[in-house]
Amino acid sequence: MKIQRVARETITSLSANKLRTGLTVLGIVIGVAAVIAMLSVGQGAQNTITSSINSIGTNVLYLSAGTRARFGGENFNAVRNVRQLTMSDAQALLDPFQTPSVKAVAPVIQGGNITAAANGQTTTTTVYGVTTSYFSIRNEQVSEGSFFNDQQVNTHARVAIIGTDLATTLFGQTSGLTGQTIRINSQTFTIIGILKSKGGTSLGSSDNQIIIPLTTARDRVMQRGGTTVDGIYIQATSAQSVSEATTQVSNIMRLRHHVAVGKEDFSVLSQADLLSTATSITGILTAFLGGIAAISLLVGGIGIMNIMLVSVVERTREIGLRKALGARNRDIMAQFLAESSFLSLLGGLMGILLGWLISLIIGQIASAAGNSLNPAVSLNAVLLATIFSIAVGLFFGIYPARRAARLEPVEALRYE
Amino acid sequence: MEETVIRAEGLTKFYRMGEVEVQALRGLSLEIKRGEAVAIMGPSGSGKTTLMNILGCLDRPTGGEYILDGEKVSGLNDDQLANIRNRKIGFVFQSFNLLQRTSALANVELPLSYANLQNDGRERAVAALKAVGLESRMKHRPTELSGGEQQRVAIARALVNEPAILLADEPTGNLDSKVGQEIMDLLLSLNRERNTTLLIITHDPRIGAQTQRTIKIRDGIIEENIQ
Repeated sequence: MKIQRVARETITSLSANKLRTGLTVLGIVIGVAAVIAMLSVGQGAQNTITSSINSIGTNVLYLSAGTRARFGGENFNAVRNVRQLTMSDAQALLDPFQTPSVKAVAPVIQGGNITAAANGQTTTTTVYGVTTSYFSIRNEQVSEGSFFNDQQVNTHARVAIIGTDLATTLFGQTSGLTGQTIRINSQTFTIIGILKSKGGTSLGSSDNQIIIPLTTARDRVMQRGGTTVDGIYIQATSAQSVSEATTQVSNIMRLRHHVAVGKEDFSVLSQADLLSTATSITGILTAFLGGIAAISLLVGGIGIMNIMLVSVVERTREIGLRKALGARNRDIMAQFLAESSFLSLLGGLMGILLGWLISLIIGQIASAAGNSLNPAVSLNAVLLATIFSIAVGLFFGIYPARRAARLEPVEALRYE
Repeated sequence: MEETVIRAEGLTKFYRMGEVEVQALRGLSLEIKRGEAVAIMGPSGSGKTTLMNILGCLDRPTGGEYILDGEKVSGLNDDQLANIRNRKIGFVFQSFNLLQRTSALANVELPLSYANLQNDGRERAVAALKAVGLESRMKHRPTELSGGEQQRVAIARALVNEPAILLADEPTGNLDSKVGQEIMDLLLSLNRERNTTLLIITHDPRIGAQTQRTIKIRDGIIEENIQ
């Protein structure tokens, strides 16, 4: 039997019972839409996290005190009495003989949830106290004004560079603000620059922050003594020397903190480490969400099987007639398989559209809530959903189709 | 030209109904020549339906030999039987058995779709509908046709592959006597004009009276063969 004829008969018989066809297709639509939406939201989350990690820079390491919990890591919580990092740790990392792969370091102290007030407005923000090397290591740019210089750091100058989101919150504008004053924890600062926007990331908006000299931050804003810092950004000489730099930094820190290999009370994270951790987390998340969505696709498939079985029973006489007129078993089988796979293909295509719409809406909701999430409907997800939905149609259509094909013509013709 | 189109020898058919074995045919032999019009009659339970199923290649005999139009049919597999039904046999059923969803023309085209034709055979379907006098109603669906018209569509469908035999099972059973007679006249005239062998299974003696030959069956064997 010719393809066109099979197709025509499929359409005719499916359109003979539109409500039933529609409801059956709906089961697949929901399943496929759920899979597409979940996969694309997962992909979007992964893209966002990846790009925010990439924005750190490919040749940048981050040294922090304490050990990070790693998946399956044996040294999670293994180290007590963690020593804080200090300014002299930062200085020691610049030794040209012991750390030849380190180009620059930037010790950072930070304070979250700090009150900033200006222009009659008040908000909370994150304040970073940094040295001048921070700007080049983190690849920060100003859209107006300038960064502070070493002298301003040494003199504990009360100068601040603010992010664009913060500028909008306090002043309602993101330009023409240099020279304005801002009160940070009730201390008056002069704005000398506006950070160029990096866009919001899922790791927190980098546009809602204030950068001030480390010295000023220590005694005016965070009010902590000593020389401890919260972390040290380390720039390797090139992207290729990142792993050497990691080794060199670790060696120096072990010496300075008197700890053995495997007992480190610090951790050195490269962008690649962060990336692989984040990717594995979002990958698990995506697979989990997709798996749950796939269950609804399975349920849709069972719906197809159910309706096809009913259809076989209803059309027993028709099957008998077709056999009497010369239809072979495989003609009957092809007819029913065509119907079930058409149902699921139609559902699949509509589901892809619906899933795409849903993921757009989720993206809109996320950005309305202040998180940047661009759900990405990947070609892979579309192909997967299409192939999977046809497979569902075929798989759940085979049993009813075989039942139809195996009917004895005499019995089928006699069926009332 | 006296040519044998159906030759059956010693046909037997046994059914198992639970524990009981039913002998529907008990060694029935039969010969029908091309172009004959034959009525097969018998009371219910006589085995005439079983005989029709076997002659129509819808069912296989338990024993015996059946040669249709020069081809030995007993012993063929399902697909080969389907092919024989498609090319050599035209069925006309008591309840018409038309597909309600499609037009008369599509119904007539149905056997062609299983025949592996090069073109789609629309002209043949139209010609068959013309032969039964329905060329003006071929776009209508079965529900829009009268009983007699529906049976004409079914006859056109049976003719469209130019079969060796036309097998009609109580073709007038669902029609009133006037329309039933029109259908009988049509079948007999097609038999005369086209030399298509016609087998009518019936229990109506008025129909049996119109054919050249009547075969009476009782208890699975031929009781009487009236020329």
